[in-house]
Amino acid sequence: MGKYQQKTMMIGGGILFGLLLILAHFKMIDLYVQSVIMFIGVNIIFATSLSIVNGYMGEFSCGHAGFMAVGAYVSSLLTVVLFTVDKETGLAILPASMSIYLFPVIIIIGGIAAGIAGLLIAIPSFKTRDDYLAIITIAVNFIIITALNNMDFVGGSRGYMGMKKVIYGMEGVMKFPYMLFWVITFAIFTVFLIRRFITSTYGKGIIAIKQDEVAAEIMSVDTNHMKLVAFMFSSGLAGISGGLFAHVIGYVNPGSFSILKSTEGLVMVYLAGMGSLSGSVISAILFTILLELLRPLQIFKWVIIPLILILVMQFRPEGLMGDKELSDYFPKLKKFYKFK
Amino acid sequence: MSLLKITDLTQRFGGLTAVSDLQLNLEEGGLYGLIGPNGAGKTTIFNMVSGFYTPTEGTINFDGNVINGKKPHTVTALGIGRTFQNIRLWHDMTVLDNIRLSQHYHLGYSVFEPFLRTKNYFKNEKRIEEKSMELLGVFNLQDIAHEYPKNLPYGIQRRVEIARALAAEPKLLLLDEPAAGLSSADVSDLIDHIRWIHDNFDITILMIEHQMEVIMNLCQYIKVIDFGKTIAEGTPAEIQKNPQVIKAYLGDEGEVYA
Repeated sequence: MGKYQQKTMMIGGGILFGLLLILAHFKMIDLYVQSVIMFIGVNIIFATSLSIVNGYMGEFSCGHAGFMAVGAYVSSLLTVVLFTVDKETGLAILPASMSIYLFPVIIIIGGIAAGIAGLLIAIPSFKTRDDYLAIITIAVNFIIITALNNMDFVGGSRGYMGMKKVIYGMEGVMKFPYMLFWVITFAIFTVFLIRRFITSTYGKGIIAIKQDEVAAEIMSVDTNHMKLVAFMFSSGLAGISGGLFAHVIGYVNPGSFSILKSTEGLVMVYLAGMGSLSGSVISAILFTILLELLRPLQIFKWVIIPLILILVMQFRPEGLMGDKELSDYFPKLKKFYKFK
Repeated sequence: MSLLKITDLTQRFGGLTAVSDLQLNLEEGGLYGLIGPNGAGKTTIFNMVSGFYTPTEGTINFDGNVINGKKPHTVTALGIGRTFQNIRLWHDMTVLDNIRLSQHYHLGYSVFEPFLRTKNYFKNEKRIEEKSMELLGVFNLQDIAHEYPKNLPYGIQRRVEIARALAAEPKLLLLDEPAAGLSSADVSDLIDHIRWIHDNFDITILMIEHQMEVIMNLCQYIKVIDFGKTIAEGTPAEIQKNPQVIKAYLGDEGEVYA
């Protein structure tokens, strides 16, 4: 890995990112295209975080959207209560100018809340594995959705809104494409964190669990501890993606975090290949674009997407990338970025 | 000094008694053999010592600690290494990573440091890597450090597995049928290899083996079990002559199949 190339990449990426923000700021990019870019960012966080548990650790969690919901509701509730005038919660507690600085903090708090929820679920769930874990996580997804449906202070099944007001408040202080900035920043941050985790000897413990759990335990890997940490980390990041998702759309309802959303995550991870970080990023990008392209088909897109999954499983069961990273296919990329 | 002292160890699975009233005393630095016909309970004993099973009765005392009921990774950290009957390497991880991960109990950094990449993190990762390479060097495996175990010949995989078990710096090494599936040339290599490990590492070895060549060549003291009970123990010469052992392995003289 060359230092020079790495610097080039960082500067190049920075310039691209800056250019994107400037174009967005001066409304030179269509709002629709902007929102697609933001969804791509949200999905990158969602897919890569799920790939920690389902890809690297080889367990099967099916309720990832549940943690996304926790993050989305916690952060939305916080921003709306703190920064806007609301019928139920009254006047804004903090001035809108502070929302600019506190926004990322609140998104992270949403992530922490989801992480804690993940830990609470992981403690009893990881006494079982494989199919049983899948069933438990599906149940958890339903429990979270049902609970949200019955919580009146977040709107129940009508959903919760007001996040747009927060964003307008932020823009009122200073014009800037905040959401675009934060979504992309958090997406980069997520990939960065996961890569750091997975390349350390500590984090490789979860890959050992996937390949042979008995051997991992006997070779001094505390498998129970690693599972809890990985699940907490994964659900925390899902919470961050949820918080961003809520603020991008400006409206959340329990339905948007149903089992269908979890399935989307699974499709992205299995399409990508289990245990490939660059694969998850690529498949999140492709999948989001595909979803948008298939939008005119309405409900029929849910015929085509599972069909793609079936075809991939038939002809390339390890996923598009398997456990390879982009640099394994294009070794020259290693100079720019250390993938593993 | 006694390193491992097992007293009155019993393991029942429902109505089945896999091991009953086992006594075992391993002196530090010895090379011990555990033999017996299939289903005698040998691997069950290994599973109890390494923490996979909690014994129904009895105590396992290792180096001054009672270890029954402790989890396998804690037992490993206390100093018991183990290999498996069927090789259990992490096949999709390089040999170097295999060795590296066996030091998981002693990383020297906290949970957050991989994310923060602190000085301490790099220092310890470097230490682990150097130690792993050194160990591979000792085993003359440094050339395959970046290979995947699944691509290696069986005999080499065995050696990698033994090296991996030693990476955790055990005081006691449990070898579960190390010669299983090896060709006769590989077996004689293995015998030299185990003897060499025993001489060069300050270690006590207890092994299960069916190939008498390995056991009789290596072990100083042998314990024979059948149906979970000890039927004989002694030096290789004594065991070979013991009528009960011959009976357990070959059946009664009365029922010779002509």
